[in-house]
Amino acid sequence: MTQTNTNQDIIDYTVRLGDDAIVIGHRVSEWISNAPFLEEDIALGNVALDFIGHARMYYGYAAELTNKTNGNDDTTEDDFAYLRDERQFQNHLLHELHKGDFAYTTIRQLLIDIYNKYFLEKLKDSSDETLAAIAIKAAKETRYHCRRSKDWTLRLGDGTTESHQRMQTALDDLWGYSHELFEQDELEQRLVALGVAVDCASLKADWLAEVSAIIEQATLTVPTQEWAVRGGRQGYHTEHLGHLLTQMQFIARSFPDAKW
Amino acid sequence: MQPYQPIIPSKSVEQFEREQFRRNSVVPQLWACLDHVKDPEIPALSLWDIGILKDIKLDNGQATVTITPTYSGCPAMDAISEDITIAFRDIGIKNTTVITELSPAWTTQWMTDKGRAQLRDYGIAPPNDVIGDAKELNNDTQVMCPHCKSDNTTLVSEFGSTACKALFKCNTCHEPFDLFKHI
Repeated sequence: MTQTNTNQDIIDYTVRLGDDAIVIGHRVSEWISNAPFLEEDIALGNVALDFIGHARMYYGYAAELTNKTNGNDDTTEDDFAYLRDERQFQNHLLHELHKGDFAYTTIRQLLIDIYNKYFLEKLKDSSDETLAAIAIKAAKETRYHCRRSKDWTLRLGDGTTESHQRMQTALDDLWGYSHELFEQDELEQRLVALGVAVDCASLKADWLAEVSAIIEQATLTVPTQEWAVRGGRQGYHTEHLGHLLTQMQFIARSFPDAKW
Repeated sequence: MQPYQPIIPSKSVEQFEREQFRRNSVVPQLWACLDHVKDPEIPALSLWDIGILKDIKLDNGQATVTITPTYSGCPAMDAISEDITIAFRDIGIKNTTVITELSPAWTTQWMTDKGRAQLRDYGIAPPNDVIGDAKELNNDTQVMCPHCKSDNTTLVSEFGSTACKALFKCNTCHEPFDLFKHI
């Protein structure tokens, strides 16, 4: 494995992490002005902003590495966010699924936030110093996200008949998308061997234990049906990502290089 | 309830190290210049007092300023970079580079005592006004109200007007207020 190939692996991996962050950040931002009440509207706006901030850190680093590899300086974070098509995005499918109702968003955030908690804790030890620094920064914010997701899951799961039902439906609908979070392709395995990437398969036991405990405390049932949808890391997406990108990329593509 | 005032003022290690770093700088006039640059979201606080200003260097008329973001998505960072460049241009430094450094990650420990007092006067509770553990907010967390100093308060939302704040209401004076969250 040559140094150039390894650099490209790190760029690709960093972009994936950026894709996860920007796609969920954009999805959560769709709640702004639609949340159940004002304080929650503001909270969701802040959570979305944190994710978009993480995406900027990942994409910014990927751009820096790209420029270093190519010996120029014309790649920016915006190129990754705005100028790639659906098949080039490699986010997990769970992140891109439609906004759904508030129960759907709450369950999705619970699954993702707890995952991020364990993931970032490991990324802090990455042999890549920049990725480790990003993880330290992002982990602090994730603590607040986890607490919020857990509180809402308990409140709505153990709430009214209607809220309980909606939460269980969301959980059943989303569960099959969670398995992909713990799977690795060859690229990630190569980087795990170098100590750069997180061995995400190793996170599953802790994640499952914590998520299951919250779900049970919320009087909900952990799904047992065996089905899984996967493909995000290979660029195979659900129908939802294309719609998200049209909205997210429209201004940047209609007015190239526009500045505020 | 009055804020806890130690008889012998004590500083955290982080605060002490920051102050010592600034004292040892060879360009004290530039640090003084940036004391006039305020956080655009909280205009009561200077960049120094909020703790995001890390280093200033001057080399051949070219200034390099290192700052660190409070929250990674903080939209104020671009405005802050611009304000720094303008402040230096006003004192005759034409070229300023602002570097954003992620590591070590910003912590509310870097906020100065003056900054905490200014925050309180501005109507935002600093993280040290949390009664009990500031690191673990929950529905029973009490914070001293910056308006009337009561500690009979209720957490409304862990996410306030900006990512760095949580929203509380005071049950004594009935005013809402923000808490600058510990991070």
